[in-house]
Amino acid sequence: MQTSIAPVNMPAPVVGLLQAALVAELTVVGEGGRLRTDPMIPFWDGRHILMTSSILFSRKLQDIKANPRVSLSLSDPVGVPANPFSRATIQGDARVIDEDLHQGWLRVLPLWEAKEPIIKTLLAPLQRLGLPLFWERAIIEVTPKRVLWWPQGDTTREPEVADLRGAPV
Amino acid sequence: MKVADALPRLPNFSHAILVVRDDAGYPLSAATAFRVIDGGIELAPVKTGENVIRDTADARLVFSHIRPYPGVGYDQRRYIELGGALNPAGAGWRFVPRTARGWDEQDLSFPELCQRALPQARRYLGQLSAERGHEVRPQMALGWRFFLATRLPFLSATIVPVFLGLAAAGYDRRFSFGLALLTLLGGVAIHLGLNVANDIFDTLSGADEANFTPTQFSGGSRVLQYGLVSLRQMAIIAATCYAIAILIGLILVLATGPGLLWVGVAGVLISYFYTAPPLRLVHRGLGEVCVALGFGPIMTLGAYFVQTGHYALRPLVLSIPVGLLVMLILYANEIPDRGADAKAGKRTLVVRMPKDAVLLGYVASVAATYVVIILGVVLRILPWPTLLALLTAWLAYQTFEGLRAHYESPYQLMPFLGKNVKLHLYTGLLLVLGMLVATVSR
Repeated sequence: MQTSIAPVNMPAPVVGLLQAALVAELTVVGEGGRLRTDPMIPFWDGRHILMTSSILFSRKLQDIKANPRVSLSLSDPVGVPANPFSRATIQGDARVIDEDLHQGWLRVLPLWEAKEPIIKTLLAPLQRLGLPLFWERAIIEVTPKRVLWWPQGDTTREPEVADLRGAPV
Repeated sequence: MKVADALPRLPNFSHAILVVRDDAGYPLSAATAFRVIDGGIELAPVKTGENVIRDTADARLVFSHIRPYPGVGYDQRRYIELGGALNPAGAGWRFVPRTARGWDEQDLSFPELCQRALPQARRYLGQLSAERGHEVRPQMALGWRFFLATRLPFLSATIVPVFLGLAAAGYDRRFSFGLALLTLLGGVAIHLGLNVANDIFDTLSGADEANFTPTQFSGGSRVLQYGLVSLRQMAIIAATCYAIAILIGLILVLATGPGLLWVGVAGVLISYFYTAPPLRLVHRGLGEVCVALGFGPIMTLGAYFVQTGHYALRPLVLSIPVGLLVMLILYANEIPDRGADAKAGKRTLVVRMPKDAVLLGYVASVAATYVVIILGVVLRILPWPTLLALLTAWLAYQTFEGLRAHYESPYQLMPFLGKNVKLHLYTGLLLVLGMLVATVSR
């Protein structure tokens, strides 16, 4: 089954997953086409999937700059406590926003704090001094192109598919 | 991480995520059940619509886990990524892993993971600098950079012995506020110069670079490793601090007499050659002695001499407990640093001795601290209110217990390294208070 849905109309079950997810697995295409996957906290702003990455763990940022094709897996019933649970994979084109590593990512902070409240405490000036480079961060902005989701998380059955390519953003 | 190390860990995960590239060049992932069989992994087949998963030598199998922690976020972070060949045929797909990487925060703490990732941060900043045609550096307000680079909170190590020298002079009815202020400023300048010089030489020797488990009490300020301050800027800060210290020292010598010169020269030399070549006193196991002398008798006797124009036994006795306790700050802080110090050839006492001997050294030094105070009172060198300082014995016991229990765990040691700093501060301030009480009631 294949449907065409604008990004603002991301399938509701997948929006539910994105809003609940404390972890998603981001896969990028690295040098020589090698795949590389890292766990990330995803945020949904209604148009894009946003993530932030410290420069300490910035290899994925370099990879995205070289090849923007990525996928995001929402698959862990514990780390993605959505009700009802399903599983999804979102393929899309990513962009790295790193003009202001020190403060640019702060626009994502309200979404981050909602999922990880401890962040506010860790951002206190004296706490921040402990790991200053952790707080030099880029934003990864993923424009979804194609979504596969498996109701009840059963990947042995065919997924629902939403093709978002060419839809207005 | 090796594949052989990764496979036994896989049963700790609830599911696997199979990742391949689809025909359009996008990564395609799907969660699935798995089991480890004969060094390989069998996967439940997955359906991915029109994207057929084919035989490939370059698939990824990812295992990821966190535990939600309401009101905080999550904990128990761990993941493993296996790279290998996938044969998607039959009722059980076969994955043969060739490579493995991953992280488990129970094995490698997050702060240590960050320290190990510093080279990647530098590479990224280097790439950005090349793209933009100007140097991109991490940002931090100037005041915070100074706070971090000079390790300002450790100034208590200077304030306590200077106050003790001033209190001893006050007990002898000699006190000039102006000279006291100059003494304190001189002591602060030499201490900050020492801290910054220590970072410079520990970076040049590789000791700080090799240290992946720095704490707020050990491993240096890290401003050089983080690229927050350049080596040149650090050298300027150190030189400025030493210049201020020497200038104030000369003014005080002119004001009080040449007898101060020897103490001042000794202080500057010990401070500079603490980590600087060719002496590198700390590399020779003399760091503790230098710190005990510098932040004990030299500071206290110097402060006393500035006020009175002579040396005396009472300030010397008062300086011994704080000298011993400040030595123990360094000594305990060297426990988490010992691996990196050993690699850099920094043969501190803690590097040289086994755990039991290190702990025995701690107990002996704490005991000597309190014995000196008690003997000082018994021999009527110190006034009896200085016995107030014995109140910190309980803190000393707690610190020792913490060091013993968490000797191998840098981050669990941190609260006890903090208590150790407080032990010096509170004991010193109680000695000062005791002297003030005795001065008022004399």
